Amino acid sequence: MREKILEILSTIRPEYDFSGDEDFIEAGMLDSYDIVTLVTNMEITFNFRIDGTDVVPENFGSVDSMIALLGKYGVH
Amino acid sequence: MYMRIHLIQLFEETVSKYPQKIAVIDKDRSANFSDLRQKAMQTAATIALKNIPQNKPVGVFLDKSVESVYSDLGILYAGDFYMNLDIKTPAERIKNILQLVEPAAIISTSTQIKSIAAIIPESVKLILLDELDNDHEPVSAISEMLSERRASVIDTDPSCIINTSGSTGTPKGVVLNHKSFFDFLDWSIETFHFSDDLVMGSLSPIVFDIYSFELCMLMAKASTLVVLPAHLAAFPAKILEVLEKHQVNFLFWVPTIMVNIANMDLLSAFKLESLKTVWFAGEVFPTKQYNYWHHHLPKVTFANLYGPIEITLDCTYYIINKEIADSEPLPIGYPCRNTDILILDDEDKAVSEPGMEGELCVRGTSLAMGYYNNPEKTAAAFVQNPLNKAYPELIYRTGDIVCYNDEGLIMFKGRKDNIVKHMGYRTDLGEIEHVIINTLKLVKNGCIVYNQTEKQITLFYEAPEEIPVPLFRTEIGKVLPKYMIPMVYHRLEQLQRNTNGKIDRLFYKKEVNK
Repeated sequence: MREKILEILSTIRPEYDFSGDEDFIEAGMLDSYDIVTLVTNMEITFNFRIDGTDVVPENFGSVDSMIALLGKYGVH
Repeated sequence: MYMRIHLIQLFEETVSKYPQKIAVIDKDRSANFSDLRQKAMQTAATIALKNIPQNKPVGVFLDKSVESVYSDLGILYAGDFYMNLDIKTPAERIKNILQLVEPAAIISTSTQIKSIAAIIPESVKLILLDELDNDHEPVSAISEMLSERRASVIDTDPSCIINTSGSTGTPKGVVLNHKSFFDFLDWSIETFHFSDDLVMGSLSPIVFDIYSFELCMLMAKASTLVVLPAHLAAFPAKILEVLEKHQVNFLFWVPTIMVNIANMDLLSAFKLESLKTVWFAGEVFPTKQYNYWHHHLPKVTFANLYGPIEITLDCTYYIINKEIADSEPLPIGYPCRNTDILILDDEDKAVSEPGMEGELCVRGTSLAMGYYNNPEKTAAAFVQNPLNKAYPELIYRTGDIVCYNDEGLIMFKGRKDNIVKHMGYRTDLGEIEHVIINTLKLVKNGCIVYNQTEKQITLFYEAPEEIPVPLFRTEIGKVLPKYMIPMVYHRLEQLQRNTNGKIDRLFYKKEVNK
């Protein structure tokens, strides 16, 4: 799953390395357009639907927090 | 009574009435009207000290913030006009804009200016807010000097330039004057009975005309502008939280975010009890999502506004005062007061019968002065009213196809050309094609179409082998702003041609909108 998320991220923002541990949102690596693309791609790839109240910066700052978010929806 | 000539007159009156009222809320900072005036005047004094004459364009390269607000006001105080620039726009595109407009100066900060420092022409003076010393003379002393500067400005002089997508790769700078903003403000205040208690949830980037309107409401009606940080645009729940926190009662938004909020069912969690008026404009709001908003906020007045930047914000409106089925489109309604709408057929004859389609053209004080340094484009869009042979009178041709319905309401049908509204931005698909094929030479042949349902810019291209998407995105992102980068890419050995041998755009348009 980690690889798939990293793959999605690298398609959206090929110029960044998402394997580091900085917060993607705070570091400005993902902006609002990227988040829209990311959410759509995650929903398609993992076949689930993210609740609007979960689309908050805390859930997209790192690959770990995205994995945790997926876990909440039973995607493992 | 006095003559209304300059927008700053409105601001001066407001400041004298409400010096302590909060004008701008920007995260955990705020500024009252008196603070804002002082900062604006100091900025204006700096412009004067740099020997920049009146009636010149001055760029603003800042995040939306208290600083961007007082910079715009400061430019107006100095008798000049502002041109806001988006700090997220690639340097290459900013360069094109600067070459075309040649602003006298750019206001920025020493940090933010870095990304474009290399491409700023030498003739452009820099005003870096963090490097200014604040030991200027007191406001009372510079006030008179600034009044003198403004004394020569007339109401048809520009108040701002707003850039919009152009098919040749360089944006067009729409020149708007003071008078047309007075016109739109008067209409707004009269039609919606706005008083001095508006709290605006400001989401538009500073390069949008909506932001300029919010600035005008701040000046005219002491409205409070709540900055909704750009990085939150993707997180609607956070934005709604800010609206509740500051008891925002007025929104003027593009439908993109409103559709997201509806699709995420966020109004079940956020009640927005202070909200009174919601305007939306810039693109078609699907009725299903509109109905979601209406049913969750039954006491709110919703208005659908329509208009291109060239006629100063909007020229038609529809206050939605009845139930509309999900399957019915929302009308764009009636002309705003002091604006006349002509619907012209292919032979430039006025269309009046319901259902007959024609191009929407606008007549009125609202018309822009034209495109900056671009007489050809200006002459093509601002033309003599074909229905008036007696004296010179300009109309603006929008390129939008509309018709009247049975009730006499105007209905939007589509575009004459290749322009779409994408995430609130007017986007010329031809410009994206031009950049991919001619500027970057990434492919030899290609065509860009728009998927209306998924809101996706889609590229079809000819190539012997697949070109990696990251490569496309990186290269295009160097020249075009993010919202213009195609989201979907299709490679073909050979693109479909029509009988003239040209790429069959219509075929691909239908293909993605099946």
